[in-house]
Amino acid sequence: MLAHAIFFYIFSFIAIVSAIMVTVSKNTVHSVFFLILDFISISCLFIMIGAEFLGMIMLIVYVGAVAVLFLFVVMMLNVAQQKNQWFSARESSKHIPIGLIISVIIFFELIIVIGGWKYKPDLMPAVSLTMDKEISNTHALGNILYTDYIHIFQLSGMVLLVAMIGAIVLTFRQRSGVKRQSYFSQISRERSDAVEIINVESNKGVKFDD
Amino acid sequence: MIDIGLGHYLTLSAIIFTIGIIGIFLNRKNIIVILMSIELILLAVNINLVAFSIFLNDLSGQIFTLFILTVAAAEAAIGLAIIVVYYRNSSTIRVEEINSLKG
Repeated sequence: MLAHAIFFYIFSFIAIVSAIMVTVSKNTVHSVFFLILDFISISCLFIMIGAEFLGMIMLIVYVGAVAVLFLFVVMMLNVAQQKNQWFSARESSKHIPIGLIISVIIFFELIIVIGGWKYKPDLMPAVSLTMDKEISNTHALGNILYTDYIHIFQLSGMVLLVAMIGAIVLTFRQRSGVKRQSYFSQISRERSDAVEIINVESNKGVKFDD
Repeated sequence: MIDIGLGHYLTLSAIIFTIGIIGIFLNRKNIIVILMSIELILLAVNINLVAFSIFLNDLSGQIFTLFILTVAAAEAAIGLAIIVVYYRNSSTIRVEEINSLKG
């Protein structure tokens, strides 16, 4: 129990500090790195608490795909080094107090909700899918995901497909003045378009009409 | 303090959620950091769902977390594609200079 508490505090401290660093760090590349650190420490928490499949999936999806995508876009757009200070722009500094006030209010609302949860233990028995202690977490998740939630699972695949198509369509552009290989015109070329057999009479040339 | 319960995880997720919201409100650099703040908010929601799922002994929270992961990945891909297109058209993604909807 003590080790659990110590690891919880270590990982949550790292997660909170790196979340703060994501928002305040001046260099966008550093922000992405701290985002990766945040994801890793949260997935360590997930593995520690007993949701090991989600922890591993989070490592793969967030660190392996999303954060690398962020890093790629940051480096491609060349916006990594922002020279200006965080609070420097006079235009924007009037948003800061109201933003801070709203954030603090949201935080205290969440804390109030958590405090209320502590005094409402009768919600506990309202369980729909009980966990089986005999089988592993991944096994249990697979048992449910491929039976009860199969349609939603397929729909999430459709969501990913639509996102992929949308990203390709958005970033696709056809530049003018670039010579490209046209597979269609290559394949649909007929022999009669290219070659013509002419009987050439002797002592006379051939005149093409093209 | 030593006994880690549901409240600890919920407090952690509340703190990360608030940091994400502060990042959205106070960010003056570029839109990519705002997208990262949205990822932080989704992460906080995931912590909430997993903590409830473990402490209530109910697996549906982890299923929902899986779907939130899917939607977050799709959202990041689309958002970054929109940012790339915007940068190509107007050669800036600083928050202050994006005001073409201002009228």
